[in-house]
Amino acid sequence: MHLDHTRHGPAAVSADAARPDGTRRALRIGLGGPVGSGKTATVAALCRALRDRLSIAVVTNDIYTREDAAFLLRHAVLPPERIRAVETGACPHTAIRDDISANLEAVEELEDTLGPLDLILVESGGDNLTATFSKGLVDAQIFVIDVAGGDDIPRKGGPGVTTSDLLVINKTDLAPHVGSDLDRMAHDAAQQRGPLPVALTSLTSEQGVGPVADWVRARLADWTA
Amino acid sequence: MSVRATARIAAALDSRGTTSLPVLRGDGPLALRRTRNTAGTGSRVTVVGAMSAPLGGDRLALVARVGEGARLTVDAAAATVALPGPAGGSATYDIELDVAERAELRWLPQQLVSAHGSVLRTTTRVRLAATARLVLREEQILGRHAESTGTLVSRLTVHRAGRPLLDQQLAYGPGAPGGWDGAAVLDGHRAAGQLLVVDPAFEEKPPAARLLGETAVLTPLAGPAVLVTAVAPDARPLRRVLDRALDELAGAPVE
Amino acid sequence: MSRAALLVLADGRFPAGGHAHSGGAEPAVAAGRIRDAADLAEFCRGRLHTTGLTAAALAAAAAHGHDPLALDEAADARTPSPALRAVARKLGRQLMRAARATWPGTELTALATARPRGAHQPVVLGLTARSAGLGPEDAAHCAAYETVSGPATAVVRLLSLDPFEATAVLARLAPELDRIAEQAAAAAHGTIDALPAASAPLLDIGAEAHAARPVRLFAS
Repeated sequence: MHLDHTRHGPAAVSADAARPDGTRRALRIGLGGPVGSGKTATVAALCRALRDRLSIAVVTNDIYTREDAAFLLRHAVLPPERIRAVETGACPHTAIRDDISANLEAVEELEDTLGPLDLILVESGGDNLTATFSKGLVDAQIFVIDVAGGDDIPRKGGPGVTTSDLLVINKTDLAPHVGSDLDRMAHDAAQQRGPLPVALTSLTSEQGVGPVADWVRARLADWTA
Repeated sequence: MSVRATARIAAALDSRGTTSLPVLRGDGPLALRRTRNTAGTGSRVTVVGAMSAPLGGDRLALVARVGEGARLTVDAAAATVALPGPAGGSATYDIELDVAERAELRWLPQQLVSAHGSVLRTTTRVRLAATARLVLREEQILGRHAESTGTLVSRLTVHRAGRPLLDQQLAYGPGAPGGWDGAAVLDGHRAAGQLLVVDPAFEEKPPAARLLGETAVLTPLAGPAVLVTAVAPDARPLRRVLDRALDELAGAPVE
Repeated sequence: MSRAALLVLADGRFPAGGHAHSGGAEPAVAAGRIRDAADLAEFCRGRLHTTGLTAAALAAAAAHGHDPLALDEAADARTPSPALRAVARKLGRQLMRAARATWPGTELTALATARPRGAHQPVVLGLTARSAGLGPEDAAHCAAYETVSGPATAVVRLLSLDPFEATAVLARLAPELDRIAEQAAAAAHGTIDALPAASAPLLDIGAEAHAARPVRLFAS
């Protein structure tokens, strides 16, 4: 009668580094940031840049359910079974920070069904500047802002800008058109973040995501060391 | 005066491989007639309402057993109308259905109408063997034409091979707990119905869940069975949607 | 029995995934059945007395010590909608994770092992209450409250309903919630087959309609 009970062993209770069978689980990296800053485009570019060498999966946290997952599917950055959409009840920041249970289910299911993975990218739905990922869910987080959102965002700070493991300032190609001062943004970010890194990206070219991909590779080297 | 009555039907496969009716015993308001089966090989019994029933205070029961390999259809000549009795109080109508291995029961009564002022509690308990097949329809109509409803509590419990398959209780009307006419339950609809089809063949190929219009849905249960749940403004559109589903899931409706 | 443990378990911020579910309110709003606070009140009342009672009784029975696997089967029989069965198991699994982190116990581990894809949420809730040292009526209170607090919160987001009005709806239901919890706890002393099975046609129909929608805010 219970045809759907195929898996064995209970799920891990917390975000332990080991899977129930003792193997090391995938590195989990969260991507957050305001609406329209280019999170999904960054995820897509990262998948293209890394998929040949690494086994990757993506979890999206949409506001309207499967929009971002649908974008990734349409652009065929990964096979469909490697993309999961978590439904967030109009509150994506709750699902990545306060109640991470659905996201933990999603990342564990991906590893259980696909076998060992190297990297899982968890993308937050476009929310606000205060949204950050719980350490119970991800091992590191990237915060994506863009030059068109206003060059005073780094100066204003906020948890994403200040504490993320990597701050990405995206759409640098638009800076001259929207009157944003890139140098000032980089300077303000450095002031806010101390030694934490900042990457300036423009995803209009294939290599645009390079600095972010390099950073992810370095995190992965640390994780598997 | 209130009535106590238990009608009994037993269907069995005889030596020639056809279904006979070793027991066919009506009681009180539940008169039973053997009728010609227009849909297949089994026997057919029609419940003929000999008087208005159930009235408040009545205790009615109907027991049907379908033996191994037998096929039985039970239908009704007219709708059952629950009425307030002269003595008041609630009525009960308990139906017990047993279907043995490789047997089939098509239980297709007419609507149960809850008249203003009436209080009726019905239970339908079905026990199915693992290879038994069942088609069961229930329709609750709240009030006769342009009349407010009585109180109707109806529980349907189905066990298959000794395990629970479906257990549902519906409660409508002034004596039901609050919210029965709100957006979660009926939202002003005055007819509610269910069609249950149990068939071991669904074990291999269960139909997928799908909507049958705005207020009806076909859902595969956790076992080899499908339930259609529908609400409608009145009896006629409800029957239409259930008939269409019956036709698709289990052959033509018997009328 | 610890009253504080009940507060922790019943807290809307308890991290067990409930925030992403509207308890059938989103499809009811989409169908035009909930338009204001009065509709919400009737929706919640109807839900409380149907699936609320059924869930509360399952939770109370699990807290009472009935076999959780038999209760899980009883929950399947009381949940004809496959979308709602999937949601119940998913939420059950999420709650199990939170429960094992907060009140670990051998009974929870045993159920997690027997139902790795998740048992029905009310059953897990009852077992969690038991693990937290709470009784059947506490578990029933929790389950019954969840069946109405979820829709109330969701409708605040879906209709921009005044949150004070939505909370007042819940407060006015309090006496009925207490009665449902009492009734559920009393039923937990009987057999599993005799547990309440109150159901609501439009919740089942709405759940499948919702599952088929490509764009929605809540998972259920």
